[in-house]
Amino acid sequence: MIRNPQLNANGELTHLLTLEGLPADVIRSILDTADPFVSIAEREVKKVPLLRGKAVFNLFFENSTRTRTTFEIAAKRLSADVINLNIGASSTSKGETLLDTVDNLVAMDADIFVVRHSQSGAPHLIAHHLNAHGRSHVHVVNAGDGRHAHPTQGLLDLYTIRHYKKAFHELTVAIVGDVLHSRVARSLIHGLTTLGTPEVRVIGPKTLMPAKVEAMGVRVFHDMREGLRGCDVVVMLRLQSERMKGALLPSPGEFFKNYGLTQEKLALAKADAIVMHPGPMNRGVEIDSPVADGERSVILPQVTFGIAVRMAVMSIIAGN
Amino acid sequence: MTATPDLPDAEATLVALAERMRGAVAFDAAFVGIYSGGAWLAERLPDLVPGNHAVGFIDVSFYRDDYSRTGLKGGSRRTELPFNVDGATIVLIDDVLYTGRSVRAAINELFDFGRPDCIELAVLVDRGGRELPIEPTYCGARLTVARDLSIVLSRDEGRLALAVERHEA
Amino acid sequence: MKIEIANGRLIDPANRVDRVASLYIADGKVAAIGAAPSGWRADRVVDARGLVVAPGLIDLSARLREPGLEYKATLESEMAAAVAGGVTSLACPPDTDPALDEPGLVEMLKHRARSLNLAHVYPIGALTVQLQGTALTEMGQLSAAGCVAFSQADVALLDTDLLWRAMQYASTFGYRLWLRPIDPHIGRTGVAHDGEVATRLGLPGIPTSAETIALSTILTLVRESGVRVHLCRLSAAESVAMVRAAKKEGLPITCDVAVHHLHLSDVDIGWFDSNTRMVPPLRTTRDRAALRAGVADGTIDLVCSDHAPVDDDGKQVPFGEAEPGVTGLELLLPLTIKWANEDGIELSSALAKITSEPAKVIGVAAGDLAVGQAADVCIFDPSAWWKVERGALSSQGKNTPFLGLEVQGRVRYTLVGGKIVHEIDA
Repeated sequence: MIRNPQLNANGELTHLLTLEGLPADVIRSILDTADPFVSIAEREVKKVPLLRGKAVFNLFFENSTRTRTTFEIAAKRLSADVINLNIGASSTSKGETLLDTVDNLVAMDADIFVVRHSQSGAPHLIAHHLNAHGRSHVHVVNAGDGRHAHPTQGLLDLYTIRHYKKAFHELTVAIVGDVLHSRVARSLIHGLTTLGTPEVRVIGPKTLMPAKVEAMGVRVFHDMREGLRGCDVVVMLRLQSERMKGALLPSPGEFFKNYGLTQEKLALAKADAIVMHPGPMNRGVEIDSPVADGERSVILPQVTFGIAVRMAVMSIIAGN
Repeated sequence: MTATPDLPDAEATLVALAERMRGAVAFDAAFVGIYSGGAWLAERLPDLVPGNHAVGFIDVSFYRDDYSRTGLKGGSRRTELPFNVDGATIVLIDDVLYTGRSVRAAINELFDFGRPDCIELAVLVDRGGRELPIEPTYCGARLTVARDLSIVLSRDEGRLALAVERHEA
Repeated sequence: MKIEIANGRLIDPANRVDRVASLYIADGKVAAIGAAPSGWRADRVVDARGLVVAPGLIDLSARLREPGLEYKATLESEMAAAVAGGVTSLACPPDTDPALDEPGLVEMLKHRARSLNLAHVYPIGALTVQLQGTALTEMGQLSAAGCVAFSQADVALLDTDLLWRAMQYASTFGYRLWLRPIDPHIGRTGVAHDGEVATRLGLPGIPTSAETIALSTILTLVRESGVRVHLCRLSAAESVAMVRAAKKEGLPITCDVAVHHLHLSDVDIGWFDSNTRMVPPLRTTRDRAALRAGVADGTIDLVCSDHAPVDDDGKQVPFGEAEPGVTGLELLLPLTIKWANEDGIELSSALAKITSEPAKVIGVAAGDLAVGQAADVCIFDPSAWWKVERGALSSQGKNTPFLGLEVQGRVRYTLVGGKIVHEIDA
């Protein structure tokens, strides 16, 4: 597994597993392709026939109605057939391995697997298995693996930033919250650094910062006010309920006090800074309602862009 | 080596095409150009053809029939149709009419926006070699070109020009 | 049977021998070195020109998976792997199913191994019943059955008071304790070293402190009790430094490192290669450099394979779900040679780490080729390259990160008790 497993022999994208190691021009071409897909929602017939006859299998080993729904909408707007498989934890109890499940579905003529799994590296394992067994016509899209990557989220975040801010090479972007457990943060960091963003900041308590995260090309802040100063983009991460108690954090209230986004803290960023959140939001924990619903929030457009970006990803890889 | 055909002057051909459309197209027909050559023509024609002509642009990348073979080529753009397609009279405009597949894709796409009353086709150059039963309503010039050559329209500071390029059939 | 190993480069680190000389074997023992004994007529002559003739390798940690884990490997396959790798003696950890905490299990294992007539097996007994860390095993009975030492395998020992009492008990009777320094809590959900690579790959991390805290605990108790302890599988630079200081202080400790840790680091995880999932985890290149320096300067006494065959089902899963372990019996020699060549270590010194030094820790008179010693011999071609492929490995475990790579050092003949138990053509 030394060659980048996402690219085929011609350097074309054949799987989307992570934004790490993707050349900048590949990322840009995905964003450019998403552009025309944004306007499809405005048509009477919200579909194009590009993936007609293709089967997209949503293989969700970790539950997520939200993400699964956006992928389903995206695939259907491309006229693909969509099959949803919510495997959850029951697959291991039934004894069928991940790769056996994949092999069975390939035998049912799957063209694209959209995979969400709680273990980092699961989509890589699947892609490697498909490549090794001569099934290069089957493509894998990572819909989130453990803490590792959520590349379509990273891409839609990049699309959103580009939509409102145009050029990456002058921006200061802050990512706030539970970076340790966040695949959203990791993917966005890779995307931003690849596209030349000069200052990417991560803000959070030490307990929620991964070891040696500076090596990813970010500046670490534990003081949110310091970290927000002069930012063009503020990305709030979701704090999962299981993190809120116990050894990592004493309580949601304590977290909100130090790392929640309020109007007062937002005022430290640039006057025209935008506020983003991958959703779903925990109001009063990461972000308060006035900010979430305020004029600088682009959280709802992120959802619209997310469908277009996923359409772009599937169109590009299914054709390679 | 195949002989390069003599190419007509693009600007003169455009004028000839406009001549044929004047008085023949509906007064309020919408002009919809297929990116990118057809789009340039659609921008120019309202000045040359009197009437109340809305101008739209159509990108056929997502309706092509060769996606499985060649994948999604980059450079897709937004289809913009600033008029109501339901009940509209549309003149679809393309630069070079060859196999007819782009026009087929454009017609399919238009029908995903609504139900037009009527669609006509205006092309700058018809080079023959049809693979579908599609014929232009209005045509600027007719050429015969070998299969391994492409006719390409370009625009330089607003001025249109036709050129020949060699490619694998 | 009288066997003459003719004209090989005889390297016997314990006896400081490194010269071209013939080895004469009779009645299962070394009969003479250099010149034939009077009246010598060989039944077989092995032409060892260009080959190294060394004591049979002694692997301090090799899992045979019996009893109970036969779906992963069997005694037959793993003993074949041992002699294919030139290993003539090995110590096997107690983490079988059930754990080796009863004399009956130990006797059965020894009996099975003996009946195969391949390498010598030295069982390591469980320190606590079922390795659960609550009750000490009957170390006396287990010793009588053949256990050479007691350990908790890869299970962390929760109860420091129990550890303290175990050490005192062991020291009363001279039993050996082989302990892996693992904190039971820090890093318990981790799967990879807690550093840059785990951060990028989104893998839960095991900080170095998981090892150094436990190491500190063990060293403190050693200091208090004077008990001799062998520390298993160091992985971090800080650990090497702590052991170096402790030895300088005069504490009665020895330690080892798994041979894969001399060559690989967390960077080798690549795109989640489950074959790199091991305990302890592969740490940074800086840690690797410290481990190599530690073996070179003697802080780390010996090198072992920590052989752990895992079947495909255990590895062809996402990294975090994979079973840790590498297959290593057949790579112990080539990987030791690789380290020696790269760091300019004399072959004799390197071979000591897998022959005479392990023998000392086990406490057996083996690992050397003095006249009168049992003829356990490893004859190998130090410059022959071979490709590590599934088909080339005798072990049932094909789980090694070196798959597809070429290594140098090919075993040509292995003798146990004067009998050739493994041989291949050039």
